Amino acid sequence: MKLVRRFFIRFSNLTTGPSGDQRLQDEIAEYLAFQTEENMRAGMSSSEARRQATIKLGATEAIRESHHAEYSIPVIENLFFDLRYGIRRLLRSPGFSCIAIATMALGVGATTAIYSVMDATLLRPLPYPHPDELVRIEDDLPGTGAQDVGVSVPEWRDLQDSGVFEAVSIASHGADVNLTGAAQPERLGFKAVTSNYFAVLGEDAQLGRTFNPHDATPGYNLEVVISDGFWRREFGADPQIIGKSLRLDDDEYHVVGVMPHGFRDQGSTSEEQNTELWLGAGYSGLPFPPPQRGVRIRRAVIARLKPGISIVSAQQRLDALVETLKKQYPGDYPLETKWTVRLIPLGQSVVSSVRQSLSLLFGAVGLVLMISCVNVANLLLARASGRAREIAVRQALGAQRKRLIRQLLTESLVLFLLGGIAGFAILFCAQRYLLRLVPESLPHLNEIAIGWGVLAFALVISAAAGTIFGLAPAWLMSRDDLIGTLRQEGRGSSGSRGRSRARQILVISELALSLVLMVAAGLLLRSFWDLYKVQPGFNPERLMAVQTWLPGPNDPALDRYLTATQQSVLVREVLRRSRTLPGVQEVAVSDLAALPLGHNHGAVDPMSLIREGQEVRENLAPVIGGSVVSPEYFHVVGLSLLRGRLFTDQDIQGTPEVAVINQAAARTYWPDQDPVGKRVHLRTKREGNRDFLNSANATWTTIIGVVGDARTESLAEAATPELYRTVYQHGSKGLVIFLRGQLNSSAISALVRQQVQSIDPELPVFNAETLDEVLSASLSVRRFAMEMVAFFAATALLLAGLGIYGTISYLVSEQRRDIAIRLALGAQRGNILRLVLGQGIGLAAFGTGVGLVSALVVSHLMSGLLYGVSPADLPTYGGVTLVLTAVAVAASYIPALRAMRVDPITTLHVE
Amino acid sequence: MKEKQDVLQGTLALMVLKTLDILGAQHGWGIARRIGQISGDILAVNQGTLYPLLLKLEQEGSITSEYGTSENNRRARFYGLTASGRKQLQAETREWEQNAAIIARFFKVKAGDLT
Repeated sequence: MKLVRRFFIRFSNLTTGPSGDQRLQDEIAEYLAFQTEENMRAGMSSSEARRQATIKLGATEAIRESHHAEYSIPVIENLFFDLRYGIRRLLRSPGFSCIAIATMALGVGATTAIYSVMDATLLRPLPYPHPDELVRIEDDLPGTGAQDVGVSVPEWRDLQDSGVFEAVSIASHGADVNLTGAAQPERLGFKAVTSNYFAVLGEDAQLGRTFNPHDATPGYNLEVVISDGFWRREFGADPQIIGKSLRLDDDEYHVVGVMPHGFRDQGSTSEEQNTELWLGAGYSGLPFPPPQRGVRIRRAVIARLKPGISIVSAQQRLDALVETLKKQYPGDYPLETKWTVRLIPLGQSVVSSVRQSLSLLFGAVGLVLMISCVNVANLLLARASGRAREIAVRQALGAQRKRLIRQLLTESLVLFLLGGIAGFAILFCAQRYLLRLVPESLPHLNEIAIGWGVLAFALVISAAAGTIFGLAPAWLMSRDDLIGTLRQEGRGSSGSRGRSRARQILVISELALSLVLMVAAGLLLRSFWDLYKVQPGFNPERLMAVQTWLPGPNDPALDRYLTATQQSVLVREVLRRSRTLPGVQEVAVSDLAALPLGHNHGAVDPMSLIREGQEVRENLAPVIGGSVVSPEYFHVVGLSLLRGRLFTDQDIQGTPEVAVINQAAARTYWPDQDPVGKRVHLRTKREGNRDFLNSANATWTTIIGVVGDARTESLAEAATPELYRTVYQHGSKGLVIFLRGQLNSSAISALVRQQVQSIDPELPVFNAETLDEVLSASLSVRRFAMEMVAFFAATALLLAGLGIYGTISYLVSEQRRDIAIRLALGAQRGNILRLVLGQGIGLAAFGTGVGLVSALVVSHLMSGLLYGVSPADLPTYGGVTLVLTAVAVAASYIPALRAMRVDPITTLHVE
Repeated sequence: MKEKQDVLQGTLALMVLKTLDILGAQHGWGIARRIGQISGDILAVNQGTLYPLLLKLEQEGSITSEYGTSENNRRARFYGLTASGRKQLQAETREWEQNAAIIARFFKVKAGDLT
């Protein structure tokens, strides 16, 4: 307690130094007066009395010092003194300070930038209360090789009753709906969620309410919760919004609540997170398929665990539940499928797609930071040689080594911290520009903010770097041989061997780190290039796609686009009118799944493929991705027919069902056979009937043709089996209109909208893009990672080059005397050049050796991100080594030239 | 080196407090002289140690200081004991006496007393 009190008093005394000293002076004066009087009383003369009194007092300075040490806190005072001194020194050598600060700014700035992206994306993916309780539930059928097949409604109820979860909700991935009634029909994204969804997330509305968790409406309950952004945009933040109605897909919904500003839905894409409408749904009645155990709904199942239950124990209990259910309903869960239920922490599942890329980036930028620090440490050591004399003198005068190290360390810290703050400041000012470089598909893009947390990170990193990289120079600088330095003999040769060795080690590590970065960049570049150049299998040139959405009201009786026949009227009209647009050569229509690379995983309709004579049990059947296209599609998109025939206008509803497959499907499901003519049953999730195979719905579909493979799912995946059906037999609510020709891409959207709305004025037309744009958007995250790493590698190379240049220059200036003596003794200038270059190349060789080994390790860690390039790709490694060696030689050449031109006479004369 | 100073500082603090307790408020020179007298001139108090010690005791709250006039009408800074200082003095006196008693017992022991 007393210590605390003393500390606070001394702390407040930090600023009142002079008054404390004044008090002591008064006391000393009093003492002298008293003692002099005493002495005079004892019989001494006044001058003698005074003198004796002073002797008895002792050394005044020592008293003042120890008094001051008690009065305030010496450690903090010394710190302030060191700081002021350090800053003065930095101001005195502005060139050095600028270079060092700029280098650190670059390193810390880049690291902080990547950290801010990681912070928004990976570290805080779920802005809800108790996020670690949120899980995603996925059903797998490993027996048929299928993952995430969706739950059925009875299973959902079983999960809710299992006692493991607070609540289990179902949410769609984000679907389209038409908003009509306003000036223009608008397409909006919405999520159909069970009524306990918001309870699971733990978020409440700012106006009105969210859905009642106990609402058990089987279909849609015709209530809608809207987002803050939508509320402001469409209704001008009208406070009377609650109860207003919206016409969505021809159904009337009532607004019951508005979510708070800044609320983000969970999801792995920005589009999901920016959902603006939530519709309450029970998933048990129209328009949903019947709630039977065998009918799976492919939606996200989000649940909140009961507090206190860990994921591991929850998983165990679920496994037990699964076993029980399998025994209870053997018909729905045949043993061969090996049905399992998997729990994934929600935070993980929403960022899994970008985690690897971001970790790579963070690793790369960490290397850049290290190289920057090494560079600055090198600079500090270089400056040290100029201060050797000063430090030696101070030590000779009695400065303690610890004190010196503290002071030198403070100087380094000031440098590193200033660099870090500069880096942060630049980042802060440039954040808007930099954010534009980030690909849009990055989740949580709008949450990347340069705020206090990021500043704290920058400061911590700078301080840590300053301590680590400033300690070595400080240590070395205070270890000088006093006598040798003071005599100024052998200038630089003996006393600084430690420094010289340290500099060489630093440069070698710099080179190694740069090599690793450059190898990583090279490999990524090659991957990206290969991917970019890969033949997509379709022809994206001069091809544009525009989307529209047909309304799907909840009551099928009101749906004017219910059957394929009803839709085909629209489709044929759209095709006919689009052909008349200026510049258009060909037109086709398809559903969203057939837009190459332009759809996400959830848009593809997976169907059970039951081949005639092969699959007997429908739940054992393999699953194939299916889409719906118009007959012109294959030609417009550029898929070539390999066998059989394509669709014709005669394949309509009522005539035998036909399908076209791609070559991958043919190879996978009919190996060594001709698939043309074979018959299959196809069952999608829409047709929900357990006895499907025996019911009237089970029609045979005949394979009529095989088309070539195209990389329509992802450029990196070569051949995914695909099955196409004709739009005149199976409709689709989401339509994509393809147009090929000499098109004016900015005008096309309006023109197509005109045409479509002249047929049905309530259809929205949106998302006009060229296929080239779609293609490059699919590569955007990869491209971003590659560009960043390449930038870092270039920076690293530059810094490493500067590092070598600095070190060799320093070596040369150290060895001036040796060189002068050699020249005087008759060495050729060419020999000197070779000598110095040899030193540089020696360093480079060491650095390259260490770097190559590290690069091999790192590239193996990275192999998941590479495409078409092995982690030990010889040309990349060879090329990078060549470049690095060339830079090292060039950087050594200039100091070598300078060494060559040393004039022996003047050099030796001066010494 | 440090240990010697610690012991010195600790016992010096006790002496200062005791002096102030017996004699009432004193100025710095007076304290030094009295301690010298009481110890029979064996201890010569170093002003370099005394003044920082007085400051430390004041910061801890054991003594207070204020300006006053001395016996020969000189202006000086007088130190006085506070209530908590008195309590500290009592506690430390007890501790010293305990330690001294234990040590004394050890010195009185003869070989024959231990078996």
